[in-house]
Amino acid sequence: MKTILFAFSLLFLSTTTDLVSGDGYKIGDVTTDFSLPNVDGEMVSLADFEGAKGFIVIFTCNTCPYSVAYEDRIISLDKAYKSKGYPVIAINPNDPAAIDGDELADMKVRATEKGFTFPYLQDVGQQVYPQYGATKTPHVFVLQKAGDDNIVRYIGAIDDSSRNPKKVKKRYVEQAVDALLAGESPSTTTTKAIGCSIKTL
Amino acid sequence: MKPNLLLAVLLFVYHSFAQTTEVISLDYSQLQPLLHQNSESVQVVNFWATWCAPCIKELPYFEELNKNKNIEVILVSLDFPKHKQKRLIPFVEKHKLQSRVVHLDDEDENYWINDISTTWSGALPATLIYTQNRRGFYEQSFTKEELFQEVKSYF
Repeated sequence: MKTILFAFSLLFLSTTTDLVSGDGYKIGDVTTDFSLPNVDGEMVSLADFEGAKGFIVIFTCNTCPYSVAYEDRIISLDKAYKSKGYPVIAINPNDPAAIDGDELADMKVRATEKGFTFPYLQDVGQQVYPQYGATKTPHVFVLQKAGDDNIVRYIGAIDDSSRNPKKVKKRYVEQAVDALLAGESPSTTTTKAIGCSIKTL
Repeated sequence: MKPNLLLAVLLFVYHSFAQTTEVISLDYSQLQPLLHQNSESVQVVNFWATWCAPCIKELPYFEELNKNKNIEVILVSLDFPKHKQKRLIPFVEKHKLQSRVVHLDDEDENYWINDISTTWSGALPATLIYTQNRRGFYEQSFTKEELFQEVKSYF
C-alpha cells in the first residue's frame, strides 16, 4: 500500500511541476527563433534585427487588464532601450478563437491607438509561448545575443507594482538590461507578478 | 411621539439603503492567516478577478462547494483597488455570492506569490486547497468535475 501511495504522490508531483514550469526556457537557455506576423502585415523574426544586442520579449495581449496597465511602461521600455540595442518584441500568445478582442485586426487597432513603437506579433498556432514557458500576460523574457544565439537572461515581471505605476520601487527589466549593457549578469534573474492565464481552446 | 416615529421610519429607510455588501481589503500579512487556518474542514481558496473570464466561469462551482458544511471557500479577488467599488462589489451583489469574498490589495506580488506557492507563476485563475496535513496549489481552470474530484481527494 505504501508503495502505491508513494507512486501516486510521485505522479501527482510530476504533473503539477509540468503544469507550472513545462519545458519552457530557463535562465541561460538558447532560444529558437520564430517567424510571426506583425500588426503591420510583415513577418518578424529575431534574426531580422542585425544591429540588436538582445531583446525584451514580452508576451502580452489586448484583453488582460494587467497587460493594459503595462502598455505605457512597455512603450517607455522600447523608447529607452531600442536605441541601446534592446528593442521590445511584443507577442500576443492568446488563441483569438478562445477570447474576443485578440484577433490580429484587434491588435492592429490597439497598436495604432496607443502608438506602439515595437512589433506586436501574433503567436499563430500558439507554437512560441510554450517554448518560452510563458504562462500569462504580461510575461517578460530578456534575451542577450551571443553570435547567432539568443540567450535567456531574465524571466518575469516588468517591475514590482503591476497595478500602480506610481508605486514602482524596483524596475526589474531595466535593471536586467542595464546590467547586460554594462557587461554584467543581472542580479535578479527571475521575478513573479499576477497576470492573466494564456487563453487556449 | 410623532417626531420619534418619523425618526424611526427615517432610520429604517436609511438603514435598508445603506446596507450594502462589504468586501474587506487585506494586505498580504492579513490574508496569510486565512491560508493557514487550523480547521477541521477542507479549505478552498480561489484567486480570481471580475475581469478574468475563466475565473468567472468556474465561480459557480466554488459557490456550490461552499454549501458543503465540511468545506470552507474563500474567494480572494485580485481586482485593481480602483475597481473595488465600481466592479467588485456590484459583481458580488449581482451574483449573490455566498462564499466569503476578500480583496487582496498588496503591491508586493513578487513576495506573496512565492509565499502562497513557489509553483505559482502568477497567472489567474489559481486555487489553493488545504487541510491540516495536505496542501495543493493549482494554477489552472477547473471543470466542475475536476474541481469536485480534487477537493474530494482531501477528505
